[in-house]
Amino acid sequence: MALEIRDIHKYFGPVRASDGVSFTIESGTLHGILGENGAGKSTLMKILSGFYEADSGEVVLDGEVLDLRSPADAIEAGIGMLHQDPLVFLPFSVLDNFVLGSPGGIHLDRSEAQSELARVSADLGFHFDPAVAAGDLTVGERQQLAITRLMWLGAKVLIFDEPTTGISATQRVQLFTTLKRLAQDGLIVLFVSHKLEEVEELCDSVTVIRQGKVVYEADMPVPSETLVAEMFGKIFVQEDHASIETGAPLLVCRDLVLDEGTTHIEALDFEIASGEVVGLAGLEGSGQRTLLRACAGLIDPTGGTLTVDGTDLTGASYRDHLHAGVHYLPAGRLEEGLVEGISIAEHLVLVSDDASFFIDWKKAEEVATKEIDEYSIKGRPDSNAETLSGGNQQRLLLAMIPDEVRLLLLEHPTRGLDVESAAYVWTRLLERRERGTSIMFASADLDELLRYSDRIVVFFGGDIFAVRDAAETDGEELGYLIGGKERV
Amino acid sequence: MVPIDPRGALIVEATFNSIIAAAAPLIIASMGETITEKSGVINLSLEGSIRLSAMTAFAVAFWVGNALAGFAVAAIVGALIAAIIAYSSIGLKLNQIAVGFVLTLLAIDLASFLGDSFVGERGPRVPPLPIPFLSDIPFIGKVLFDHNLVVYASYVAIGATWWFFYRTKPGLTLQGIGERPEAAFARGIAVNELRFWYTVLGGAMVGIAGAAYSLDVKLGWRETLTLNLGWIALAMVIFGGWHPLRVAFGAYLFGALQVLAFQLQDVFPGVSQVLPIAPFPLMILALVFVYSPWFRQLGSKFPRMRNLLGSEAPAAIGTVFERE
Repeated sequence: MALEIRDIHKYFGPVRASDGVSFTIESGTLHGILGENGAGKSTLMKILSGFYEADSGEVVLDGEVLDLRSPADAIEAGIGMLHQDPLVFLPFSVLDNFVLGSPGGIHLDRSEAQSELARVSADLGFHFDPAVAAGDLTVGERQQLAITRLMWLGAKVLIFDEPTTGISATQRVQLFTTLKRLAQDGLIVLFVSHKLEEVEELCDSVTVIRQGKVVYEADMPVPSETLVAEMFGKIFVQEDHASIETGAPLLVCRDLVLDEGTTHIEALDFEIASGEVVGLAGLEGSGQRTLLRACAGLIDPTGGTLTVDGTDLTGASYRDHLHAGVHYLPAGRLEEGLVEGISIAEHLVLVSDDASFFIDWKKAEEVATKEIDEYSIKGRPDSNAETLSGGNQQRLLLAMIPDEVRLLLLEHPTRGLDVESAAYVWTRLLERRERGTSIMFASADLDELLRYSDRIVVFFGGDIFAVRDAAETDGEELGYLIGGKERV
Repeated sequence: MVPIDPRGALIVEATFNSIIAAAAPLIIASMGETITEKSGVINLSLEGSIRLSAMTAFAVAFWVGNALAGFAVAAIVGALIAAIIAYSSIGLKLNQIAVGFVLTLLAIDLASFLGDSFVGERGPRVPPLPIPFLSDIPFIGKVLFDHNLVVYASYVAIGATWWFFYRTKPGLTLQGIGERPEAAFARGIAVNELRFWYTVLGGAMVGIAGAAYSLDVKLGWRETLTLNLGWIALAMVIFGGWHPLRVAFGAYLFGALQVLAFQLQDVFPGVSQVLPIAPFPLMILALVFVYSPWFRQLGSKFPRMRNLLGSEAPAAIGTVFERE
């Protein structure tokens, strides 16, 4: 038995999420699908599991071309997928979760289902209390429940999408043991990850996907540097670095404890000097975003202290942070940063410090025209925010930053922008730094991190994994560090 | 021992009998809405659906001279209104609350406009049908089994809804699509198709409840006939925690207080006006209790009681499910 993927194409508008993907996996293989965020791994897996229909191409299992129009088709063909967030019904019991959606007549025979659950889970080495609500299980246990269910339904291909997100170290060990077992039993197991070390630890073979294309295929083991180079592409150019005078510490975090969703940051000690640019690197969900949001006052620390310029801001409101000169630019420009349905002029009115009750529209238009000119925004004062391109939205956000800012926090400041806009954004940001503003930004773009940071902080699993002087590191090393490994 | 006054016993018997009968349309309507909402769709048009179906049921039964024909057409009217809600929310992705509300107003006006000529007419009624043997059981027989088909249908609605939800596979699937449609979809379930049909089924039951008013409980058609039954049914579903037995309990409590208020209006005129709204503060208190930490502790010791009293809204209620 083999799973064969033939020339799969899937476009979302102009984005080529899958751009002619082909590869073959033999049964009994634990196969890694490796790629960075947004490389197109998830799209491909959703096509395999029937969530998306491919625009063209074929999926062949055991010599038979599959017609995958819905998850029902995939399940019937024997392809099961475990989603990053296990799709269980939280208030329902383990037993009901196990049996929900299974084929068969009207009669729900819970006692039979219970003995089936006991049998299949014992086979896999799991143990469940069938009466407990699925919401009371840990994420790892929900995963085990999902695996048990898919095995019961007779899955031949199992897809695991980033399965180690949000589970404990012990559960991870257990999960890996299970995955190896399943492959030994003759299943095709696809392990989708952007974590290099996990793929190296676990997989028999690997396919690297970049920008919707298969760029590399090999049997493991493969030297790590090869995988890193293939994952990120060979684009590591070292720029000359402007040296700066480091001022006094501006932002000081001591023993900071942060919790946001599944991300947990424990006892973080961290400083930024005034005028310093610090880049935060790491996989999504490793803690960068949580730190940024905590520094902006959007998350209250669970422990420790956070001071800006000597002022204790621990647990202070977003508004207090603004008053202290902290400004945050979120990644979701239109979702979090701007307001849909209101114009450039209205945005600028919103952030102006004019205290009068009435809006002076004539003045507002003058201000807007001036800012549009100054920040080269392609739009008119009455253009609504959502009609602007991503680059122009970011320019508008820059125009909305008050003049006296001590600390700028940016999340993916140039994501989705063309080269010119990205360069423009950074020119404006670095101007501010000349005036003593410190900048902390998170980015997935290694080039950007290396080019503009003085210091790069790499997060891994909710911890600062490494801190490097930008001048003394390179893209290859960062690739390792982001994957949770030191360069060998 | 105090000797039982035979006349008093008869009054008690008759009171319980009329509570059961008065609650029947409310039971049928709120079971229908429970099914619809459990699948994740809110049919807010209940008040309008009930009035329009009560009116058409009477009109059809009046013309044909047959109550059953009235019930059949009422079920179709309720199902059609529900189908509009289902299509506009599932197919057109419109806001269910907005569409439901507009349909309520439209159906209410339509009912009073079209039904104008039937006001004051006498139509056929549902014949009484005491169940042989069972109705001969002392007290219980008279209270539960000396009724007509509408009341028996309300019993069936409670039992069947409960059985379907908790004892069948399609019933479990129904709960799944209202709880987490994307998880149901990942298991190969046709979420939107099922939601459509459960909305239509719920609507048909609401239509039958409307017919029960004009052909059984109140007989005849006039605008104020259904006494806000639709809004009350919507409230019952919420207060009943989307659990058929709790919803039914609420409906009977409501029926009891209505009947009591009617019987006591000569004796305590003030109290009888307050009684019909008493179930609502009681239910709010019950909810406060159910959400208290004390109840959660208790619930962990008695999971069955927690399931009955602590059931909550389907998590995806009122939302549109879109395949990505």
